Amino acid sequence: MTQQSAPREGGDGFGPDLVEVFGPSQQDGGPELVQLLTPEGERVDHAEFRFDTGGEPEDEVIRGFYRDMVLTRRIDVEATALQRHGELGIWAQLLGQEAAQVGAGRALRPQDFVFPTYREHGVAWCRGVDPLDLLGLFRGVDQGGWDPAEKNFGLYTIVIGAQTLHATGYAMGVQRDGLVGTGDADRDTAVIAHFGDGASSQGDVNESFVFAASYNAPVVFFCQNNQWAISEPFERQSRIPLYQRALGFGFPGVRVDGNDVLATYAVTQAALQRARDGQGPTFVEAYTYRMGAHTTTDDPTRYRLSDDLERWKLKDPIARVEVYLRRNGLADDAFFASVQAEADDLGVHLREGCKALPDPSPLSIFDHVYSELTDELQTQRDGFAAYLDSFEGAR
Amino acid sequence: MTTQKVTLAKALNMGLRKAMEDDPKVLLMGEDVGKLGGVFRITDGLQKDFGEDRVIDSPLAESGIVGTAVGLALRGYRPVVEIQFDGFVYPAYDQIVCQVAKIQFRSQGKLKMPMVIRIPFGGGIGAVEHHSESPEAQFAHTPGLKVVACSNPVDGYWMIQQAIASDDPVIFLEPKRQYHADKAELDDTATPEPLLTSRVVRTGTDVTVLAYGPTVKTALKAAEAAAGEGRSLEVVDLRTLSPLDMGPVYESVRRTGRVVVTHEAHVNLGMGAELAARITEECFYSLEAPVLRVGAFDTPYPPSRIEEDFLPDLDRVLDAVDRSVGF
Repeated sequence: MTQQSAPREGGDGFGPDLVEVFGPSQQDGGPELVQLLTPEGERVDHAEFRFDTGGEPEDEVIRGFYRDMVLTRRIDVEATALQRHGELGIWAQLLGQEAAQVGAGRALRPQDFVFPTYREHGVAWCRGVDPLDLLGLFRGVDQGGWDPAEKNFGLYTIVIGAQTLHATGYAMGVQRDGLVGTGDADRDTAVIAHFGDGASSQGDVNESFVFAASYNAPVVFFCQNNQWAISEPFERQSRIPLYQRALGFGFPGVRVDGNDVLATYAVTQAALQRARDGQGPTFVEAYTYRMGAHTTTDDPTRYRLSDDLERWKLKDPIARVEVYLRRNGLADDAFFASVQAEADDLGVHLREGCKALPDPSPLSIFDHVYSELTDELQTQRDGFAAYLDSFEGAR
Repeated sequence: MTTQKVTLAKALNMGLRKAMEDDPKVLLMGEDVGKLGGVFRITDGLQKDFGEDRVIDSPLAESGIVGTAVGLALRGYRPVVEIQFDGFVYPAYDQIVCQVAKIQFRSQGKLKMPMVIRIPFGGGIGAVEHHSESPEAQFAHTPGLKVVACSNPVDGYWMIQQAIASDDPVIFLEPKRQYHADKAELDDTATPEPLLTSRVVRTGTDVTVLAYGPTVKTALKAAEAAAGEGRSLEVVDLRTLSPLDMGPVYESVRRTGRVVVTHEAHVNLGMGAELAARITEECFYSLEAPVLRVGAFDTPYPPSRIEEDFLPDLDRVLDAVDRSVGF
């Protein structure tokens, strides 16, 4: 790997250098990181963002987050095991990103719409998507088993960053529907686009920033910076903290501790509300770490140090909530046992359900290519059906 | 108003206006489509009458235009996007091929993608490079897209409305050299033929000439010239390139036994190749000669001073007709 030169020194007529503006690169996310619950499980205040549950009992909400994160992790663990057993072709792991996804997912209102990547299993959980439906894509029996319009949760998008434009356009539609800034909490609608640090280099993502800013679209760009785009470290994508890019596009950006579910919830909630109020887009950089591999086909030992992983283990998103709940007597053993039991049930549901997912019929290849089968495809379908029938004992 | 003489540009403008009047969910988006009315003036006056929320000047980013149109369609709108010139569609290629074309299939019909992507295509206007391309085969090769090409004002008026009414994404190709060329009598009370149909536009008995978009006019001129020499050409305006409507083509070929296909796109793996293959499969025993193709050479589009040498013209079509008859 070629060594890159350090950011240019200032004082040459081009203004201050990057280090002067943004400070040195920070492995811990830097001083700008919004945090409300430390890795040690201590609640801390932040000048701009506070954990506001909108009148719901705080302890109950935090216990709910804990449950969501444990179950989300269980989905990930089970799916990874199912891949190892040959039941899934591949699985995109989210280990370590539970707080970023649950915090963002729980900040949504029912009317908000989510455009996910292929790793948003925790957000899907928050939207009420049956985790079994997530497995279909990775098993190869469908390309997304849920109804996006029913769950307000779009299809997983494999082409990196493409969905950020869809989110922006959808948000432009929300504007045209008159559902921004009415003051009616049940109607005002925000859209959230998920993507990662790798996607931040994509043209589509940058174009979505331009369009969203230009039209003041009610969209939140939620970037989980998990430090790795398969084998490429974050530094290959950007020389400045990602959230700082937003300013150049003309809207605010904020970096939040993505392993802190309270802070992620608070920041995302504020960003979504800005959107619903008609104040336009916001960039949220959830600073986190991909504890697992990119997918089950990947081998991170080829490109990153185990030291890194060990350091991030100390910032585990679930452990800090458990410490907080236990230390403050907000949850007892029975609670933790019940969540564990629920996770075990979910595991059974996924293991048994996955193996029972039916293969689609060969003739379904022709379904829904168009709103109606064309004559051309009807001819191909008839020919294929006759061919299949020509085998002895067929059907 | 019932009938008036209009150009293709005016007919498309009228068709867009009618579609917007009929359905408040129809939106136009593209570069310079607002105040300017588009570089070819196809959307002239529409922003003034329908407002900036429905006729949207976009930032200069084609992937952004198509990608945000996907989102608008998912929200229940019927976006009609204008790609300013054929050669500028490629930045949007990923969105068109991977997203627009596949969303219905991936969602197993739970999501619809009613989008029209208008592309002025073809050459003959003396433009600089990237302004005269014919990319239709690249889209016709993509399942999930419908690809149509109008050739005259009357079709332009009806086909754009039919494309907008379609629940499937439609690549709508407009022969730019025809925009302001010939006027035709448009009766807006007539009943149009369905969108996905081909049509015999001149009957004949000796050779079938298949054409679409800008080459329909070329084919008709060739037929006129051939008639002077006692040779009868039948001309089919394909109108739809994906799916193809082969019925009228097969019917014609079974009568004439000879086929010449002409398009401005490159010959190699162009529409002509697919048409030749299908005709051979279905009309093998009716053919008196191989299907011949007259298209652009398999080179990049040349500087415009020699574009007429590069593009098929009346003489090259007649040359192919001669070769077919003499086979």
